[in-house]
Amino acid sequence: MEDTYTILQVIARSWGAMFMLLVFLGVILFTLRPGSRSVHRDIANIPFRHDDRPASDDDAQAQTQPFKEARQ
Amino acid sequence: MLDYVKLLILGLVAVCAAIAANYARDAAYLVHALLIMSAAAITFVYVLRRTGEPKLATPQNEYMDGPVRAAAIATVFWGIVGFLAGTFIAFQLAYPVLNFQWADGYLNFGRLRPLHTSAVIFAFGGNALLAASFYIVQRTSAARLWGGGLAWFVFWGYQLFILMAATGYLLGSTQGQEYAEPEWLTDLWLTIVWVGFLALYMGTLMKRKEPHIYVANWFLLSFIVTVAMLHVVNNLQIPVSFFGSRSVTVMSGVQNAMTQWWYGHNAVGFFLTAGFLGMMYYFIPKQAERPVYSYKLSIIHFWALIFLYIWAGPHHLHYTALPDWASTLGMVFSIVLWMPSWGGMINGLMTLSGAWDKLRTDPVLRMMVTSVAFYGMSTFEGPMMSIRAVNSLSHYTDWTIGHVHSGALGWNGMITFGMLYYLFPKLWNKQRLYSLRAVSWHYWLATIGIVLYASSMWVTGIMEGLMWREVDDQGFLVNSFADTVAAKFPMYVVRGLGGVLYLAGGLIMAWNLYMTVRKGVVRRDAPAAAPAE
Repeated sequence: MEDTYTILQVIARSWGAMFMLLVFLGVILFTLRPGSRSVHRDIANIPFRHDDRPASDDDAQAQTQPFKEARQ
Repeated sequence: MLDYVKLLILGLVAVCAAIAANYARDAAYLVHALLIMSAAAITFVYVLRRTGEPKLATPQNEYMDGPVRAAAIATVFWGIVGFLAGTFIAFQLAYPVLNFQWADGYLNFGRLRPLHTSAVIFAFGGNALLAASFYIVQRTSAARLWGGGLAWFVFWGYQLFILMAATGYLLGSTQGQEYAEPEWLTDLWLTIVWVGFLALYMGTLMKRKEPHIYVANWFLLSFIVTVAMLHVVNNLQIPVSFFGSRSVTVMSGVQNAMTQWWYGHNAVGFFLTAGFLGMMYYFIPKQAERPVYSYKLSIIHFWALIFLYIWAGPHHLHYTALPDWASTLGMVFSIVLWMPSWGGMINGLMTLSGAWDKLRTDPVLRMMVTSVAFYGMSTFEGPMMSIRAVNSLSHYTDWTIGHVHSGALGWNGMITFGMLYYLFPKLWNKQRLYSLRAVSWHYWLATIGIVLYASSMWVTGIMEGLMWREVDDQGFLVNSFADTVAAKFPMYVVRGLGGVLYLAGGLIMAWNLYMTVRKGVVRRDAPAAAPAE
């Protein structure tokens, strides 16, 4: 029976490290996926909307609409 | 009904705190119990006066800016307090006579130093982060803050934490962990406030009207979540008595040191970096009136920071009882951190591409850009100092203090000033700041102050590092410790003067912001008259 420290550090340095690396690379690849440009452009402009008051429910729908059309 | 529950709880807290004050075993605990008792009593009266009054419906078509205003004012106030304390202890180091005999045990360097660090990091920086997160999460979610008065609880609860921490330091209540000095009672209170903060932030994000979560929110949320984790793990302490402030740490020896610097470095990484990057990603685009240079880069910046920062802590413990593999791990991850840090810096700076001319006319934008430049410089210097060979020269010297201050004064301070200059006219519906010339004065005073501070600390740090390791041909050390102290005197005076300039800039800012609120021209398109978008 090995102690908890040894068990944990064996997992951490093999599968744990590999899991972290793969998730990290996956996130980067997902960010760079084709077609993300228009989404990112839309998100980057969020600070320039709704400066003075929150969106009402109708606004929120109008918000998403043109973006959906652009992707079709 | 809810009001009666609140009154019951507040009354119980006040009575229990009064009893605890009666049984208090030390002065710090007594003061803390009295502080809690007064806070509960004041809140009790406040709630009592409103009990039974007809409730006004919260206007969902308006942002909740009251807590943002309060946090912005608190940022200015605590900033001045923290800068003043820092400047004073800088002169205490240069002129030991300033450790007054009559105030020994209260106002000497050892007591005031944690007061300074906590005042600037947690009071000034913390309130700036509260203001930024309350403001940014509403604007980028297009939704009012969640949780009714929860934001006020978080704000006032955080101020109570600051008061408890500050009074504790002066009365000698400390658990001896750097940047985590407050004892168990203060720690528990902060935990409660922080859970409220997290709920507030998550609640607002969940009711957002924008389909996506803007990147600034990712940074701010990671700051809230990580600080919660760090705070709880590093403060695992068993109180000696229920009526005393002393406690004993659960971990001991090298495990405790490692946990402490895992906490300490990530306090830098997530409190002073991730949180303030959230500010950068919102306020620089707003002030430059252009979207961030590359949104993709900002996402990669975020995930790279998250995956790397958490491992860098052991570089604080080179050449100690910590195993070599751990300190090598910390060193390697610190060096890898160069990449995302500089990616983020480039992203912030390049947001100005096509708008560089604004730097000539807009001192606020100049302040923000300078802060990003300092972010780049200190994230270059830090990894370099984490290399074991460099660390053998720099560790325990003033170089470290210079490095911290180029990051804190340059990056955290300047981006906060930029944010405040942006927020004050906005929050009080003013057309513009009272005086742009005063902003320029502040900018130059602060910048010259930082340059004096950082360069004097480089000189004195490298000098004392070299003096400590100097051996004669017999193999004996050439200098005693007192020799290095004597040799550092001129640089200590220069450092103090740098602090005076920085403090003067802060006072000019306080005056300018006050005049903006009092005398500023009211905004023409004030939101009350603006049509709904």
